[in-house]
Amino acid sequence: MTAQSEIAPARAADPPPDKPRRARNQKVHKLTRTDLIVVSVMVAVPTLLVLVLVWFPAVATVALSFTNWNGIGALSSIKAIGADNYTNVATNYPPFWPALQHNLLWLAVLFVVATPFGMFLAVLLDKEIKGSRVYQTAFYLPVIMSLALVGFVWQLIYSRDQGILNAVLGTQIDWYGDSSINLWAALVAASWKHVGYIMLLYLAGLKAVDPSLREAAMIDGANERQAFFRVIFPVMRPINIIVLVITVIEALRAFDLVYVINKGRNGLETIATLVTQNVVGEASRVGFGSAMATIMLVISSIFVAIYLTIVMREERQK
Amino acid sequence: MSRPSTEAQYLAGLTPASVAATRLGRRSLLKSAVAGAGLLGATGLLAACGSGGGSAGAADVANASGALSFGSNQSDATPKAAYEALVKGFNDPAIQITTNTVDHNTFQENINNYLQGQPDDVFTWFAGYRMQFFAQQGLAGDISDVWSGIQGDSDALKKASTAADGKQYFVPFDYYPWAVYYRPSVFAAKGYQVPKTLDEYVALGAQMQKDGLTPIAFGDKDGWPAMGTFDQLNLRINGYQFHVDLMAGKEAWDSAKVKTVFDTWKRILPLHQADSLGRTWQEAAQSLQQKKSGTYVLGMFLGQQFTKGADQDDLDFFTFPEIDSNIGTTAVEAPIDGFMMAARPKNEAAAKKFLSYLATPQAQGIYVKSDPTVVAANSGADTSGYTKLQKKAVEFVAGAKEISQFMDRDTRPDFASTVMIPAIQSFIKNPNDIDGLTKSIESQKKTIFTS
Repeated sequence: MTAQSEIAPARAADPPPDKPRRARNQKVHKLTRTDLIVVSVMVAVPTLLVLVLVWFPAVATVALSFTNWNGIGALSSIKAIGADNYTNVATNYPPFWPALQHNLLWLAVLFVVATPFGMFLAVLLDKEIKGSRVYQTAFYLPVIMSLALVGFVWQLIYSRDQGILNAVLGTQIDWYGDSSINLWAALVAASWKHVGYIMLLYLAGLKAVDPSLREAAMIDGANERQAFFRVIFPVMRPINIIVLVITVIEALRAFDLVYVINKGRNGLETIATLVTQNVVGEASRVGFGSAMATIMLVISSIFVAIYLTIVMREERQK
Repeated sequence: MSRPSTEAQYLAGLTPASVAATRLGRRSLLKSAVAGAGLLGATGLLAACGSGGGSAGAADVANASGALSFGSNQSDATPKAAYEALVKGFNDPAIQITTNTVDHNTFQENINNYLQGQPDDVFTWFAGYRMQFFAQQGLAGDISDVWSGIQGDSDALKKASTAADGKQYFVPFDYYPWAVYYRPSVFAAKGYQVPKTLDEYVALGAQMQKDGLTPIAFGDKDGWPAMGTFDQLNLRINGYQFHVDLMAGKEAWDSAKVKTVFDTWKRILPLHQADSLGRTWQEAAQSLQQKKSGTYVLGMFLGQQFTKGADQDDLDFFTFPEIDSNIGTTAVEAPIDGFMMAARPKNEAAAKKFLSYLATPQAQGIYVKSDPTVVAANSGADTSGYTKLQKKAVEFVAGAKEISQFMDRDTRPDFASTVMIPAIQSFIKNPNDIDGLTKSIESQKKTIFTS
């Protein structure tokens, strides 16, 4: 018995005999015609979709950003004007720099406050405390609410003349209209949504962590905090990166909430709302708006590059 | 030639036989062109050849039949119902009208895509530069022949419907004046007099503040209502022609004249309701309705915030007070709403027949009855059912020497929305840097108007 069991794994590690190898090689070539068609369709369709829906618009946006197209008329009426749009965006469009600042501030707040808080809630809920389900639902509710509803809910709270907040505090603060505070008011609302999202993602990750890791750490004398930061957190690395990426994406594309509040004007400008105002509406400054979209693309690319570098370096280390 | 007994006969008499004969060939040519419209970029090419395309002769208009699509932006319940009544009133069994109603703001924001895609044959739009812009781009249909049959529209209305090429592209339907609105009961109770000059207005404002009233209600969350205040000041300080030239990009925004407008505004800004950038015009109008504010510079549509009957009867207006006696108060701002035809309508004859109907006082009467905050464009409209306010609006506009539209209707849409809205909002936030502000507007204007 023991001899057999010792031999068995050794055999498995042996290089496989000739016969099966040939068989495997044959299998690769044995793709039937139907298989080939299925495989090529399965590769071609998504590739085509990515090309048409992602790469074509992206490249077209970059190309249009060097033109003065107004969105109307033949493609032949498009006139190249070099980097004029970029010069104009940077030097002759007052809302641009505040918008960029708002996006970065958005990122900072989500990164420093909302994301850690969501993770914290996930850790708490992972403790299987009483009524955990109820809390989960409560915190996740903002995420599933439609945007129009979110805007409406916060309008009820923030309205200067009729809002709950001013009624409770007995103040006359113009939460949405005063450009020195409306961004913070919007950030509270945005964080409210973001926390629930991160919480759910992180909770799912925590559930997947092997409980014996924590037990082992506890037996070795680690306290709760040490067990989390030294053992669980590093194990959760893949989830952490996803959470980080989502936070960055959410901050850069910050649009919907401010657009619902006041179309992204008067202290609530973000790059995305400026692009929309210039390209989508009646205004139709397609070239000019594309220049701002391109700038946003470049900024996102920086984060993507950082992310890819980290991931690739890890792969190499493995 | 005998006098035509019906409108259709009258229209038929307007077209030479040669045009009526060649029509078919051109129409089928256009149809085949439209078939290719799905191709990317084809819209522009079509626009180019569309301008030379044929038009339905008068005889076809008279005998028009088939399906007609009508694009409406009247998404609110009351005007929507009124439009249904309006369409019903057309009463032509040969033509079946389908009304496509789109949310008011969405319609405006998507107008470019809408007109370049598959627009409805007839659609709602605005007079002024906003109409001319699309006419110039070849996105609207020439309806000069419809105009030759319109009676009762003043020359001013015709001018407001005419594009740069001298052709008409617009049928005026209704309009409403911008002015200073107030509640007579409040004025009577406090013994206020209607101010004739700006100084009197400022003095009245000071008195209102003493009495615990906000002198001028104000809400600019949406960005455009404050444009109206700018227009009123500009019309009183620099006059109508300057307004037109400034909006057309011919005058400099950093000129002394524009600075005076902002300076004057700065002087009366303390009389305005505070924190206006977080308030919608509806909320501001309610403060007038609740007698918390004394006056409100807005369009007559503010009456929508008043309940019908006694509440609405206690609403009146006076013209924005005189600032410069050389300029006076002859110019009035009265935006005109109306209808246009798509550049390549699927059923041109029916579209023109419907447009002719929309220009009649009867059709306008149906709509105006439902909305007492506008008046019919056609002077032949029956005014007996008008409210006091509507009657006054008719007189007010009829007595005006010049009629302007509105900043965002008199200038390029891209300039109005991406430059002027942020600029005016930043002025309201900080009224002290007028030099910097006007310089910035002028330099942005140059890049937009030269493109």
